[in-house]
Amino acid sequence: MIHLSRWKVILLAASLAFGLLFGYANLLSPAQRDALPGWLPKNTLNLGLDLQGGSYLLLEVDVPAMREKKITNLMEDVRTTLREARISTNNLQRDEAGTIVTVSDAGQYDAALEALRTLAGSSATNGVAERQVQRMSNNRIRFAFTDATLNGMSASAVDQSIEVVRRRVDKTGTKEISITRQGADRIVIQAPGESDPEALERIIGQTAQLTFQMVDIENSVEDALAGRVPPDSELMYGEDNTPYLVKRRVLVSGENLTRASVDSDQQGRPAIGFRFDGAGARRFAVATAANIGKPFAIILDGKVISAPRINSAITGGQGIIEGGYTIASASEMVNLLNGGALPAPLKVEERRTVTAELGADAVSAGKLSTVIGFLIIVVFMIGAYGLLFGGISVLGLVLNGLLIIACMSVTQATLTLPGIAGLVLTFAVAVDANVLIYERMRDEARSGRSVIASMDAGFGKAWGTIMDANVTTLVAAAIMFAFGAGPVRGFAWTLSIGVVTSMLSAILTAQVMLAYWLKVAKPKKLPIADAE
Amino acid sequence: MRAWPMIKLLPKTTNFHFVKYARVAAVLSVVLCVASLVSVFVPGLNMGIDFRGGAAMELTRSGSQTLDLGAVRGAVDALNIGEVGVQGIDTDSSAIVRFQIPEGQEQTVVVQRVQTAISTAVSDVTFSGVSVVGSKVSGELFSKGLWALGMAVVLMFAYIWFRFEPQFGFGAVAGLVHDVILTFGLIVLFKLEFNLNMVAAILTVIGYSMNDTVVVFDRLRENLRKYKTMPLREVIDLSINETLSRTIITGMTAVMVLAALAVYGGAALFGFSLALMFGIIIGTYSSIYVGAPIILLWGVKRGSRDEEATAIKLGMASRP
Repeated sequence: MIHLSRWKVILLAASLAFGLLFGYANLLSPAQRDALPGWLPKNTLNLGLDLQGGSYLLLEVDVPAMREKKITNLMEDVRTTLREARISTNNLQRDEAGTIVTVSDAGQYDAALEALRTLAGSSATNGVAERQVQRMSNNRIRFAFTDATLNGMSASAVDQSIEVVRRRVDKTGTKEISITRQGADRIVIQAPGESDPEALERIIGQTAQLTFQMVDIENSVEDALAGRVPPDSELMYGEDNTPYLVKRRVLVSGENLTRASVDSDQQGRPAIGFRFDGAGARRFAVATAANIGKPFAIILDGKVISAPRINSAITGGQGIIEGGYTIASASEMVNLLNGGALPAPLKVEERRTVTAELGADAVSAGKLSTVIGFLIIVVFMIGAYGLLFGGISVLGLVLNGLLIIACMSVTQATLTLPGIAGLVLTFAVAVDANVLIYERMRDEARSGRSVIASMDAGFGKAWGTIMDANVTTLVAAAIMFAFGAGPVRGFAWTLSIGVVTSMLSAILTAQVMLAYWLKVAKPKKLPIADAE
Repeated sequence: MRAWPMIKLLPKTTNFHFVKYARVAAVLSVVLCVASLVSVFVPGLNMGIDFRGGAAMELTRSGSQTLDLGAVRGAVDALNIGEVGVQGIDTDSSAIVRFQIPEGQEQTVVVQRVQTAISTAVSDVTFSGVSVVGSKVSGELFSKGLWALGMAVVLMFAYIWFRFEPQFGFGAVAGLVHDVILTFGLIVLFKLEFNLNMVAAILTVIGYSMNDTVVVFDRLRENLRKYKTMPLREVIDLSINETLSRTIITGMTAVMVLAALAVYGGAALFGFSLALMFGIIIGTYSSIYVGAPIILLWGVKRGSRDEEATAIKLGMASRP
């Protein structure tokens, strides 16, 4: 029945109050907002990167590259172990998790097995073996990572990468950068405002992988450059493109680093000081003691920084790296080293940058088209249904706009440019509820019902249709939300909020106001009914 | 209170024989659908970087100076990085440059080179937005987009099946597929860039098209109960006529609002709003000419009494 039911009036007043309370802050300047008493909601619309400017980076952790590297190190360990045990083998075969060794002399098979078992045991952490030894036919032994280690490797690589990226980004002092994981091996970085995406990428992109490896002096660099690289060595280049032939085996790596600092060499030039942990210091001491007089290479992200000669065993676990640094480059490097190395290289898969001006342009274009869209609807609805009925639907629309802004501010959902389009489209969908109701009333009046009866039937019968029609829009929005990236999600979210609030505002406003009008004006004829 | 001299779009009751023209409309729809489907492959969609990979960059010459698009293109072409697209937007002083990142090259470096080349060729340019999408991500986005469109159709079918009868579901989905295909056709025809926003636009069209169809179906179901003996084609005509006023008013509101978006919303929203506009116009047409006539082909269960009679009458009714 169409009468002024108390709960409907209360609901309408409550939604108006909600809209005003939570939408109001959007009208104030930041300074005015700060001056508001603490209990008032201060959240404003959360503009997406396309509206406020900023950068979006989608990075992929290169897990296969990391795996390759781990297997290479494992093969080096196997080679060294067998050489030290004086067991002759043919070339090592690589497989997806490790390597297969063929022992040349069948008599040494058991000795080889024993040596590799010891090696596997030495790498166990907390009593769980990371590497396993398997007997195979034809004098072969397989030495490989366990499945658990291999699987855990990728998961922990992503977690660790996020951690490292966060530490590095925090050091830059840029606020409000969000770092989130996406899917199995991706990281999303969102930096709003005036940040410099290239600088960000430079900081994040560096692996900061520090290793100390011996220089191969038994083989000549010239031979290697001609394509004859010995199997256990690799060619690397210095900053000035000097080629070096470096042993693949890593003596100590950045994982054992406890602290890096800006230091200076004997001539007072900037250098990087480093200190190893206990295990690192021990390994470094053993390696340097065994190789006095030979050069070793300090390698950072695949580039040879320097290749000093070992003058004496370095037992203290600390030293400096001279690499022609300036104070600035040395401190950037120190920050990277202290932040930890990325366990795997990061690849930029997607990058979107919007300057603040472009964002501001988008906001003003969005505002303008929203206002124009709104005016068009006002003119059209009043034209089609008259000042009273049309006007009521416009009031409903105003309430709807208010509710949308309030809901978006409360939930801090991101408003994007397509989101603004969603908002404008919502206006059209919202008045559709009014159109359905009014047309229904006209129909009923045409079939000879009284004013009250036709208005009643209008609300009653249109309700089901409005529900059905809106559920379909919500389903489409839900799919967009599940599928979409940033801007599309923003659109889906705005559309959904709009559809839900429009059902409330369009129908409720019309019901309450028309019931009031009926009571006051006591009309004999439906104003929107066909003229005689 | 005197009746307002309202905008009268239609006479107070219309009595169009929509079903009579259903055959002509069906032929038209089928021809247009086939043409649209073909056009998606030849000449093909104008894929944006979201789905194709590569980079897009927006640039503006300060102080509203005219930007020489030819010079920009020449400068980027000289870098030999493959296909380059330069397109003027909004004013004479802005453009979007699209290019591919050659295999094995660092995207940051390529973008930097392109910017340097353009800055050297044209003075006073600023770069306001840069997007780079890797080939892996673009491939994923594309398949996810297709998945979303397919999923939307399936869910809509399920909803209509649940709320109405299977025949209604077929009618609705036929209308839906029709709308999506024709919207694609128009996207190709007007060379709009097919990107993530476009997928959102098409999904919205799906939602709107259903919305429109549901309103007609709702009335149809109601009238089927009300007029138990009226031949189905007449019930369909009646229901469409009764909802026509609403269909047109809502459709017009949406189209006008979207036109405002297309004109004032800037380059980023232009294609998006245009596609939505097409979709809504097509959706309005299809809820009259695709959804309802298909129900006529299948027939509907109406009360137990004249169930079979209706089906037979239908078969005859659809012949002119």
